[in-house]
Amino acid sequence: MASLALRTPLSEEDVRNLKLRDIVDLSGQIIAARDKAHQRLLELVAGGKSPPFELEGLAIYHCGPLGRRIEDRWEILAAGPTTSARMERFEPEIIRRFGVRMIIGKGGMGPLTARTLRETGAAYCAIPGGASALIAKSIRKVKAVDWTDHGIPEAVWHLEVKKMGPLIVAMDAHGNSLYNEVTRRAKGILSSLSFGS
Amino acid sequence: MVDLIRRAATGVPADVMSALENAYRSENDEVARVTLCAILKSVEISRKEGLPLCQDTGSITFYVKSQGPSRSIEEVLSRATARATTEVPLRPNMVEPLTGENSGNNLGALSPFVIWEPADNPGSIQLTVLLKGAGSDNLTALVMLNPTDGVEVIERFVVNRIVDAGGKPCPPTVVGVGIGGSSDIATFLSKKALLRPIGSRNPDTATSNLERRLLEAINSTGIGPMGLGGRWTSLWVNVECAHRHTASLPVGVSMGCWAMRRATTVISESELSGMEISTGEGV
Repeated sequence: MASLALRTPLSEEDVRNLKLRDIVDLSGQIIAARDKAHQRLLELVAGGKSPPFELEGLAIYHCGPLGRRIEDRWEILAAGPTTSARMERFEPEIIRRFGVRMIIGKGGMGPLTARTLRETGAAYCAIPGGASALIAKSIRKVKAVDWTDHGIPEAVWHLEVKKMGPLIVAMDAHGNSLYNEVTRRAKGILSSLSFGS
Repeated sequence: MVDLIRRAATGVPADVMSALENAYRSENDEVARVTLCAILKSVEISRKEGLPLCQDTGSITFYVKSQGPSRSIEEVLSRATARATTEVPLRPNMVEPLTGENSGNNLGALSPFVIWEPADNPGSIQLTVLLKGAGSDNLTALVMLNPTDGVEVIERFVVNRIVDAGGKPCPPTVVGVGIGGSSDIATFLSKKALLRPIGSRNPDTATSNLERRLLEAINSTGIGPMGLGGRWTSLWVNVECAHRHTASLPVGVSMGCWAMRRATTVISESELSGMEISTGEGV
């Protein structure tokens, strides 16, 4: 379990060096996007179009922040992760198409994303769910907000972060998953438990 | 009434806070300690600055104990919800179910939802608000067991469900289990069970023994905080029961995330009528 500081854009080497249980703090530009934004990115791809922003080397944060608009800028008040599993149907293709190097969220993702992380050189990091005020403090600036037409929680947020964390490496670029380890052990224990009185 | 919602959105209830602190003190897994430490730090920032604990300020349910269902109480609660959305603020979460169109103020068909019960004391109204994030609510389960299955099948179903949920409901969770009634009642009871404080026990001995066994079994699985491994998967288990049809054994399971956002207040009927006529202060 090492503690590391990383900055976006991330290189493949940055990410390949990460091991399960490493604790990372991340600085630089990231993109907060969830269900609708993922769906829309792939609809654009299917229509032969490009999104109005770059994702190469960046981190996608599964988050629909709670913010307050003050004149022409946003103040982020709470910005914890949302459940990543909902993005499983979109993420593998998005990572491949756009060169995303890190996914940040909670609860982990499925086998297709795990394979994509290994093949492309990307990592999934968990950030504690509900540590929303702490995470909001690491967001230094909202640079832009796109696609607000599906409602504020579903918009794409371009964020400048400083020492965002603790990010816990939970699915690495070598096919390992902390969630799989924990679940496999739990299932083993479960099968040996005797129930009833 | 906005203050009641603000209290639930920005502060962890005292019983839950003690349980979280105890979990942090007694956790040995390093990743779990890092996770719980970040959670406690964040709670402290939210408390100091009066900010929502989580960006998902949830869907809003009121449990009201009063003389009877009342349109005027519903109106007070709707107005408070809309005001809280801008003032606390709450994230506008509620959308039209088919189109997904966001109402912008957390109001909508059956939102906020109000559940009525008879008052404990005549003339007083007890209001409890539950803010339930989608992360934990999406893991709610209902099973219609075979009545000859027995308690061990109920236990296995509940613990299995918690293991399958993994990190998704933001553990360490509070687990509510509803046993009996019909399908809707078992689900209703499982969620209502989340309102009972950590440390309380069901007055029925067999049921409270079941609560103890479930908590022990759940925490023996090692799912841990945020599903990353560790000693504390759940902080507490509450079980509520209802008589069932002899041919049915419904079991509902609800999970509250570690913040378990709920708050209660008691007001008099005269205070309520003050809220009805005022359009601003105190509502």
